[in-house]
Amino acid sequence: MEPILVAKNLSKKYGKVVALDNANLELYPGEVLGVIGDNGAGKSTLIKVLCGAVVPDSGEIQLDGKSVSFTSPIEARTLGIETVYQNLALSPALSITDNMFLGREIRQKGFMGKFLRFLDKKAMAEEARKKLSELGLLTIQNINQLVETLSGGQRQGVAVARATSFGTKVVIMDEPTAALGVKESRRVLELIGEVRARGIPIILISHNMPHVFEVADRIHIHRLGTRLCVINPKDYEMSDAVAFMTGAKQPPQN
Amino acid sequence: MNKISDDISKDLKDQPKFSDDIGSKDQDHHSFELGQQSTLKKIQHFLHGNPTMVPIIILVISVIAFGFIAGGKFFSAFNLSLIVQQVTIVGILAAAQTLVILTAGIDLSVAAMMVLASVFMGKLSVEMGMPTMPAIFIGTAVGVLTGIVNGLLVTRLRLPPFIVTLGTWNIFFALVIFFTGSQSIRSSDIEINAPLLHFWGERINLGGFVFTYGAFLMIVIFVVLWMVLNKTAWGRHVYAVGDDKEAAELSGIRTDRMLVSVYAVAGLVVGIGAWVSIGRVGSVSPTSFYEGNLDSITAVVIGGTSLFGGRGTILGALFGALIVGVFSSGLSIAGLDVLWQRFALGCLIIIAVGIDQWIRKVSN
Repeated sequence: MEPILVAKNLSKKYGKVVALDNANLELYPGEVLGVIGDNGAGKSTLIKVLCGAVVPDSGEIQLDGKSVSFTSPIEARTLGIETVYQNLALSPALSITDNMFLGREIRQKGFMGKFLRFLDKKAMAEEARKKLSELGLLTIQNINQLVETLSGGQRQGVAVARATSFGTKVVIMDEPTAALGVKESRRVLELIGEVRARGIPIILISHNMPHVFEVADRIHIHRLGTRLCVINPKDYEMSDAVAFMTGAKQPPQN
Repeated sequence: MNKISDDISKDLKDQPKFSDDIGSKDQDHHSFELGQQSTLKKIQHFLHGNPTMVPIIILVISVIAFGFIAGGKFFSAFNLSLIVQQVTIVGILAAAQTLVILTAGIDLSVAAMMVLASVFMGKLSVEMGMPTMPAIFIGTAVGVLTGIVNGLLVTRLRLPPFIVTLGTWNIFFALVIFFTGSQSIRSSDIEINAPLLHFWGERINLGGFVFTYGAFLMIVIFVVLWMVLNKTAWGRHVYAVGDDKEAAELSGIRTDRMLVSVYAVAGLVVGIGAWVSIGRVGSVSPTSFYEGNLDSITAVVIGGTSLFGGRGTILGALFGALIVGVFSSGLSIAGLDVLWQRFALGCLIIIAVGIDQWIRKVSN
């Protein structure tokens, strides 16, 4: 099977600090790839490069076998790489529907839409409801509820629904459970499963080892600006992963 | 905290009585307070969902109150319509101001922009003999241009809107003095050379209610902006940028372009306001509307729009402007000195912002 997203020899320096040193990454269709690494290992730079927030000094990114380059998250998004940011990037004062379609609104047909540029609120609400129910999120009662009235987990749900709604090829999730309680974290992990079940591969960055081990198919361990190894969570213990991450143990040769 | 201290004081009061009694009384007390709290919470939630209700309620209450205080004179058709006439210009400025404040900005220069635009209209048509319509067009374009200048300074130089518009307020005011030499363009000259400039000052009488055309235009401006803000993507983006600029950027909104366009649209509204202001005042005076910027901010704030951006409605500014008009009219008919009008206005601003903060707490 061909990988859907490939990063080859990515390098990035900030002054004298080497954040990425010929880093590689492969994401295969339908999988959840966990990305872990110690603080300062360069994993957040790696993710920022993949989502378009940082332009690498050198290296190549391939999507669907084609070489791509982008200079902003918006460009990455139009290519089909969606990111669910840690802060979710939602507007609390806007409704769920408004947030899901922010920057990608549906306009009315005909004169009202073309010349007066009126929004088709009905179509947007229907679509939003459809997407949320596909992900099993219809406990949210009112689609026109303001996002600030939602719980942290529900907000995460809206952000994920938005990220998977627009012809998405890859979803990057940055610390999706970091700000949540036990129950809501559980719900988000289920949500990751739902997204994978719909065939969208996910890159999951998290500090939470149990969460990564629970949902990831493969785990990419990042160390000193580059990929140290990729492990199968079924073959290793969490303590092994931590040992690889910190350099206490030699990684498997593969 | 309150609940606890209430309980304690009640306990203390009840202490000399039968000790059995205290238990049951205490429970009553509790359930009562819980009930009251939840109605208060309900009100809070209702107002949070319907932010325009606060200024509407204040407006209705103040109209009724001044009806009692100032009597029939206040309630006369003539006086009520006079209030609408009087708030026309501040209302239009407040509409422009709302757009900027929704983006978490502030525009201290709106009134100076308007006077500058009206000076162009007057100078070109009255003193330089240009046909009136093109002169009005150029004046309005000056409004748009000054708005764009504000927007570019805010986005390109990354300066706080407060500082940018504090600067441009002075610059635009200086330009007004420069172009006019501190001379007004007289009403009679306008009437002879460019009567069209007075168009929005024309009055019609509807069963005792006297409205200027300008008052109707103000309403139209509000309705159009309300539709734009609520029914177009641009309108939703205004809110998104003001609510959380970074989130808006990550959602794919070009926030800097948005901001420039918001200042430009505010400039357009101000430019239209310039034409209306000539009709309202009669002459073009370089020193008119010197406090218009602060009056417009007052109307927006009383109308329930948050100075932190992203929350509020354009119609709130209309009601805010009307509330200010009702207060000054009512207090002056009641025979109070002007200083008390200002005093009342000051209290109103603080109360309005206080209520706003309280409503916002719902989300936390």
